[in-house]
Amino acid sequence: MLEFIQHFVNGLSLGSIYALIALGYTMVFGILKLINFAHGDVYMLGAFIGMYTSRALHLAENPSLGGLLIALAAAMVGCALVGFLIERIAYRPLRKSPRINLLITAVGVSLFLQFSGQLVFGADPKFFPQIFQIEREFSYGELKINPLQIMVLFISIILMVILQIVIFKTRWGRAMRATSFSHDLASLMGIPTDRVISFTFMLGSSLAGAAGVLVGLIYPKIEPLMGVMPGLKAFVAAVLGGIGNVTGAVVGALILGLSETFLVGYGLPTFRDALAFALLILILLFRPNGLFGKKGTDKV
Amino acid sequence: MKMSRRLPAIGLIAIIALISFASCSKKEVKMTSDAPTGSELLIGEVGSMTGSEATFGQSTHNGITLAFEKINAAGGVKGKKLKLISLDDQGKPEEAATAVTKLVTQDKVIAVLGEVASSRSLAMAPIAQQYRVPMITPSSTNPKVTQVGDFIFRMCFIDPFQGTVMAKFATETLKIKNVAILRDIKNDYSVGLANFFKEGFEKAGGKIVEDTSYSAGDMDFKSQLTTIRSKKPEAIFVPGYYTEVGLIARQAKELGLNVPLMGGDGWDSPKLKEIGGKFIEGSYFSNHYSEEDKSPLVQKFISEYKAKFGAVPDALGAMGYDAAMVLADAFNRAPELTNTAIRDAIAQTKNFASVTGVITLNEKRDPIKSAVVLKVADGQFKYQTTVKP
Repeated sequence: MLEFIQHFVNGLSLGSIYALIALGYTMVFGILKLINFAHGDVYMLGAFIGMYTSRALHLAENPSLGGLLIALAAAMVGCALVGFLIERIAYRPLRKSPRINLLITAVGVSLFLQFSGQLVFGADPKFFPQIFQIEREFSYGELKINPLQIMVLFISIILMVILQIVIFKTRWGRAMRATSFSHDLASLMGIPTDRVISFTFMLGSSLAGAAGVLVGLIYPKIEPLMGVMPGLKAFVAAVLGGIGNVTGAVVGALILGLSETFLVGYGLPTFRDALAFALLILILLFRPNGLFGKKGTDKV
Repeated sequence: MKMSRRLPAIGLIAIIALISFASCSKKEVKMTSDAPTGSELLIGEVGSMTGSEATFGQSTHNGITLAFEKINAAGGVKGKKLKLISLDDQGKPEEAATAVTKLVTQDKVIAVLGEVASSRSLAMAPIAQQYRVPMITPSSTNPKVTQVGDFIFRMCFIDPFQGTVMAKFATETLKIKNVAILRDIKNDYSVGLANFFKEGFEKAGGKIVEDTSYSAGDMDFKSQLTTIRSKKPEAIFVPGYYTEVGLIARQAKELGLNVPLMGGDGWDSPKLKEIGGKFIEGSYFSNHYSEEDKSPLVQKFISEYKAKFGAVPDALGAMGYDAAMVLADAFNRAPELTNTAIRDAIAQTKNFASVTGVITLNEKRDPIKSAVVLKVADGQFKYQTTVKP
């Protein structure tokens, strides 16, 4: 029983990391109907920006919450900038082209970031400085919980709530939803659609940047290709929850994290990555809108 | 809204494209050691200069470069200088195969040095054998490597021995009976070593309480470790590479698993101490040599290596150096520098005093050497014991 609970806790903490990445994915899709495959690589950049900032400011010498916030802020701002540039240079010129062109471009941007990363940072794994530590550990007998991972779970949920508020309660959110509904119509109503799209990208990328720093802190081995698998898993999580749906992304990510953990824990460790993609195929076959997706009526 | 329903499906196709792109990317780093032009002997090297086991390739390359410089400074081989053509395989078996093909068919090297990892050496060996070019792997320990053919040699002990070293150490020195195994299922080296350890440990009366696996590149190992924890082992045998071992050590301690980890020569990298931090302290692994060895040959090598590269050589550096020295020795002994004459000369290597021990190759083209057991303590690899075959 205790083993089961420990697996459950492990699954939740792994899922909350997927959730953190999936949030940005799903939001960009929800607004722009674009699967931004470069999202996982922006997450990688976030981890590296966090690492270089921590090194430059010697944050690891005095681990503190302030240090973590500085690294987070640097990564979020840096990634927002990267997101802005990606959208401006790679996606905006293709706004009027068929969606498939955008998708292929996204794959191209993703590969570009991965291999430029190898060139600039070097391909060997780097150690992420331990800039924040919680000495107290949560344990109930054998049951051990890493407090950092609880923190990540709460951060994911808080970000989810904030995103919901931004999208559904603010003027910018209304503009985002209007743009999502129809670019042309929205611009006729006086909404600066280009700026709205830029803003959406920057918001999504900064979420990925935050995820990069938090994951670097928990799994302190970072490398330029680290974004590939988590990026794809987060995509699966987003589809599982209904892509475009913020709550769905978090729920989908937690389901994915839990099912992976139980699969590995109870005997089939080799099928870990296969599971995510099997889930993706099943969900596309039987419930293409995901668990929380609305059944859209197709109008031609 | 039609598009939004179809997009995830298109996304699936894109994922497949993404994965296949990422795995067939190509990059060549060409490095040549300093050698005067004129009559030269071209020798190829394939190593992981980048990628997740980058320190393996870099250390080996340093060792080979140092050896070549010494040989060339002393006049070279048969009046000719040695020239190294070094290619990066990024730690991928398919890249290693491409690299060795290029070295053999385009650069026309007369011998090949490499790889460290058994998976990569196994990808290279059939090609070297096919083109009949002698290949020496400095440190691939999986027995299958030299079984590929009579042109393939190695400079290190093999895993049936390395596995029993840790099995012996666990039962005789640590006096423990229950051990769990966590192996890297994608890695020939790790799977082989785990099997040989299991065999040796059970023969010595020990019990394997859990035998589970992970895949290189994973970052979360808590599910496996939780299962292992419930079986109450006294130690965990993790015969993987240093990058994952560091993370495994961290997560084991987080789960309150306060038992030593044990491993093989794949742990040998300064990065292990960096990623594992204080969590890897008190763990043991088997290796080819210890920098604390007081023999003059070893100390001379260490001081020369330090002077050139500013770091204490790990075992991979020492093995690279030895492989290059054995090759040069074979060149000197060979009556002529044809592939078969070089092959026969390497095969006849006898009582060659090297940094990592005395090398005599047996009929399977493997040396019989002793291994050392090192302990991670105070951020250093401390010598524990030597195990003779």
